[in-house]
Amino acid sequence: MTGTYGAYGGRYVPETLIPALDELTAAWEAALADEGFRAELDELARTYAGRPTPLTRAERFAPAKRLYLKREDLLHTGAHKLNNALGQAVLARRLGKRRIVAETGAGQHGVATATVCARFGLECVVYMGAEDMRRQRPNVERMGLLGAEVRPVEFGTKTLKEATSEAIRDWITNVDTTHYLIGSCVGPAPYPAIVRELQAVIGRESRAQVLEVEGRLPDAVLACVGGGSNAIGMFAGFLDDAGVELVGVEAAGAASLGTGRTGVLHGSRSSVLADEDGQIADAHSISAGLDYPGVGPEHAHLRDSGRARYVGATDDEALDALRRLTRTEGIIPALEPAHALARVGDLDAELVLVCLSGRGDKDLAEVLARG
Amino acid sequence: MKTLAIYLMSGPDTPELAEAAVEGGADLVELGFPFSDPLADGPMIRRAAERALGQGMRTRACLECLAATRARVDVPLVPMTYSSLLEAYGWDRFADDARAAGATSLIVADLPAGERPELRRVQLVAPTSTDERLRLAGELTDGWLYLVTLTGTTGARTGLSAALAGLARRARAAVPDVPLYAGFGISTPADARAAADLADGVVVGSAALEAAEGGPGALRDYVRSLRAALDG
Repeated sequence: MTGTYGAYGGRYVPETLIPALDELTAAWEAALADEGFRAELDELARTYAGRPTPLTRAERFAPAKRLYLKREDLLHTGAHKLNNALGQAVLARRLGKRRIVAETGAGQHGVATATVCARFGLECVVYMGAEDMRRQRPNVERMGLLGAEVRPVEFGTKTLKEATSEAIRDWITNVDTTHYLIGSCVGPAPYPAIVRELQAVIGRESRAQVLEVEGRLPDAVLACVGGGSNAIGMFAGFLDDAGVELVGVEAAGAASLGTGRTGVLHGSRSSVLADEDGQIADAHSISAGLDYPGVGPEHAHLRDSGRARYVGATDDEALDALRRLTRTEGIIPALEPAHALARVGDLDAELVLVCLSGRGDKDLAEVLARG
Repeated sequence: MKTLAIYLMSGPDTPELAEAAVEGGADLVELGFPFSDPLADGPMIRRAAERALGQGMRTRACLECLAATRARVDVPLVPMTYSSLLEAYGWDRFADDARAAGATSLIVADLPAGERPELRRVQLVAPTSTDERLRLAGELTDGWLYLVTLTGTTGARTGLSAALAGLARRARAAVPDVPLYAGFGISTPADARAAADLADGVVVGSAALEAAEGGPGALRDYVRSLRAALDG
């Protein structure tokens, strides 16, 4: 198999896409070897996206610990998703593709994609489950304002799983003109590797920042895991530091790593919520961004190898953490990273780093509705 | 004589429908094993898969359906499914049990040539396939090569894909000895005739499912109209 992480990964897609994946792999390798590509990304990160993002000490939230938050919520568009969208948009231009399709769950990746398409003058179509469009209304309106066409997906669970399938079907149909700008470290190779590398800036910056302020590496690093892109980007900075504990936090009702089995979804072999016949199961989370029955293949490999461990947090625990961070630090996190915040108190570790992957504006209606 | 392959979704009525298709002139029946998230399929086959899953057509039930169909028809029966089902059932075990139930080879829609080469199956090629991939798929394929006529998902289209002519010519040059059957988007007798002029056979899926909704008689009449166009 091509592009594997231990037993996971690969390219489980219809033949129609294989030449496009080969072309993408070649373009990606050429881009990585090109200093001009690196320089363009660095310039965009600094002058457009707002990198580097700061590290914030959260003393009142976790008085017994030295807790630092990596503030991806302060990135342009309000979440880490822009790191990946910018990089892939530059890559799409190198491929000569003028049309972009993407899937979105919480709408953060859709907004990031619509944003970079506006910035580079690319046509943008975003597939979004009808149920997610209902619970993430502000992001649907932002995408429209940015000039993207948001296509509702009325099939099945009407959430991220179906939106991803529809985006891939669009890509199969329009592969000659279209780049599929996938939003997480999932999908067929080379996507998991591309997304990981584009998000690895989170981990690189964090490592340098924590060394600067504390003079040592953190004891533990936490990140929420849906598809797993902010987590893999954060973990990438610390994988070689054996003393740093890596913890991924899944939504309890969408724990692909915690309760899943080996399966094939959206082009790669990974740990998947599926029944014993391989039929994909429904995920359930208050957080649209974690409401996905699959996960990036590298996470499945890190779980098996023991380098990272994965735990769960319930809807109520995430809501409680969101409210507590808001009241103690004046930072409203998105529901997704609130899952990671919910597990901080359980750790023995003293010096802890959490990836605050996005801000919570999009979740206000959902949070207020819960009282 | 051109080969006519008809796709049916596994279900309680499938053995009877397959018999009707063969009476109408089908030379081969593809048997869909439904998957919850079929990337290669358009709305018609997706709806049929959803319905079949609702009727409990999981892998074991589909294998029983295959065996029951085998008892009623003599033509090759080819399961068509997705990797997730094989992953869950066991790749080798699936191939063995399908053969034991009467299958002739199998098709895995999301397992491109070169991946898991040890699993003998009918390979698919598409208009986007390079000549190198056409050769690879042609060498690995089991009996015949499935030409996907268009870049897109399954489902009826207006007219035959213009991409088939070039694909058929390139595939013929790459593997002269392998029979080429064209599928995806073929729904009318005229489409079937036009595709058969370029290939050795045609596969009709979504339109056959639509005809099958009218029962065995309607399916038989529809397949007969395709047969007449191929033989005419």
